[in-house]
Amino acid sequence: MAYPSDLKYTKDHEWIRIVGDTAEIGITDYAQQQLGDVVFVELPEVGRTLGAGDPFGSIESVKAVSELFAPMSGDVVEVNPVLRDHPDSVNKEPHSTWIVKVRLSSPSEAGSLLDTEAYERLVG
Amino acid sequence: MSDAIADLRKTPLNARHRASNARMVPYAGWDMPVEYSGITAEHLAVRTRAGVFDVSHMGEIEVAGKDALAAVQRISSNDASRLKMGQIQYSGLLTPEGTFLDDMLVMRMGPNHFMLVVNAANAAKDYAWIAEQIKAAGDVAAVDTSSRYALIAIQGPASREVLQPLTGVELDDLKYYWFANGEVANARATISRTGYSGEDGFEIFVPPNMADRVWQALLEAGRPAEVIPCGLGARDTLRLEAAMRLYGNDIDESTTVLEADLGWTVGWKKSGFIGEDRLREQKEKGTSRKLVGFEMVDRGIARHGYPVVAGDKRIGIVTSGTQTPFLKKAIGMAYVPTELAAPGTEFSIDVRGRPSAARVVSLPFYKRT
Repeated sequence: MAYPSDLKYTKDHEWIRIVGDTAEIGITDYAQQQLGDVVFVELPEVGRTLGAGDPFGSIESVKAVSELFAPMSGDVVEVNPVLRDHPDSVNKEPHSTWIVKVRLSSPSEAGSLLDTEAYERLVG
Repeated sequence: MSDAIADLRKTPLNARHRASNARMVPYAGWDMPVEYSGITAEHLAVRTRAGVFDVSHMGEIEVAGKDALAAVQRISSNDASRLKMGQIQYSGLLTPEGTFLDDMLVMRMGPNHFMLVVNAANAAKDYAWIAEQIKAAGDVAAVDTSSRYALIAIQGPASREVLQPLTGVELDDLKYYWFANGEVANARATISRTGYSGEDGFEIFVPPNMADRVWQALLEAGRPAEVIPCGLGARDTLRLEAAMRLYGNDIDESTTVLEADLGWTVGWKKSGFIGEDRLREQKEKGTSRKLVGFEMVDRGIARHGYPVVAGDKRIGIVTSGTQTPFLKKAIGMAYVPTELAAPGTEFSIDVRGRPSAARVVSLPFYKRT
């Protein structure tokens, strides 16, 4: 699967899609392959304030649990309601299945994220 | 990474797994497939059709000689004198404390010949223990014959119809927990109606150089029924739904047979077996903790090693837990204080800092109809 060029990536295998002052956060195709069949996504409460690098939830496959970390600072404005009944959306469409939407408090943090080329090198 | 793989042991099917793009993991010192097409798909295939597993990492220890029965009776918790030729029983290989060195299948190959099928991680330890313990039993020897067998399992409701055309052994006559010698796909084979999935199925012992032929023949014969190769991941979720204990998770050298609720594997009418005194004492006095099955009441999945808590106090431990693909529930097994062991009782599990309610349910979670 190709890694979309409009996304930024982290070494923890999350992606972030920044549109204006908000951002969608999800996990990459590489991450979902490593996890295997996702069966549960633990979501944060809307309104929670996250600092860059803070754990904000977890994603569980049949065999393992993996923590989710905020790539950038901000407040959680929405969680993806689809994941409650269809956590496997993360496996099927990893790069369009966002987990949370965050209103960014420090947009300049984007500078420290990986671009598509750098991320492909990381997982290649 | 590559060094680590080089150090792992390989089954005769290793190249086949790797060539088929199975996801490989280190398990008990072996390089084993954890999944082929995905744990959920493989789990559901076994519940509804059939799946084929490479379990050649399992160990085999044969005990033979004029005094073989006496020797097995000493080291095995179950009563081997009740086994007829061709019959199998599940049993414990116990410490003097009544705890598990291992769990195993005991197969009666002949009047004075038994084969013990043991866990891969324990095979060397088991063999050393058995060889020492049977010295006093007279005319008998133990031999680690693990390298002489590849072991392939086919599990699921379609197993019989897939396997039958490949063998002259009449499978309808082979009852659960019996085995027969014969051939599969023209390879010499011992076919045993056993498994670790909670479904009907067979475990097939073949010479290592015949493993690939038999593996391919089963998948080929199973193609119309959509039988698929499966890995250890599905094997684990399947056995958990069936409440079969996993050594190293649910039972080990710190848990007794009665704590693990496996009293049915003890031959109470026989005497002189290792662990007997401690178990008879526990049977009379009761145990302070017990292994129970639970379902999560709160959302979340409890996993191996998570504490069972009462307020700030740690009162037990989860030994196995997952979200099961067939029942679609978060289930598990845990040691809890005996007063909390009755079905319907609720207790709390610390799921990564979050106290989460769970409820005791009767085992097994899944029973085939």
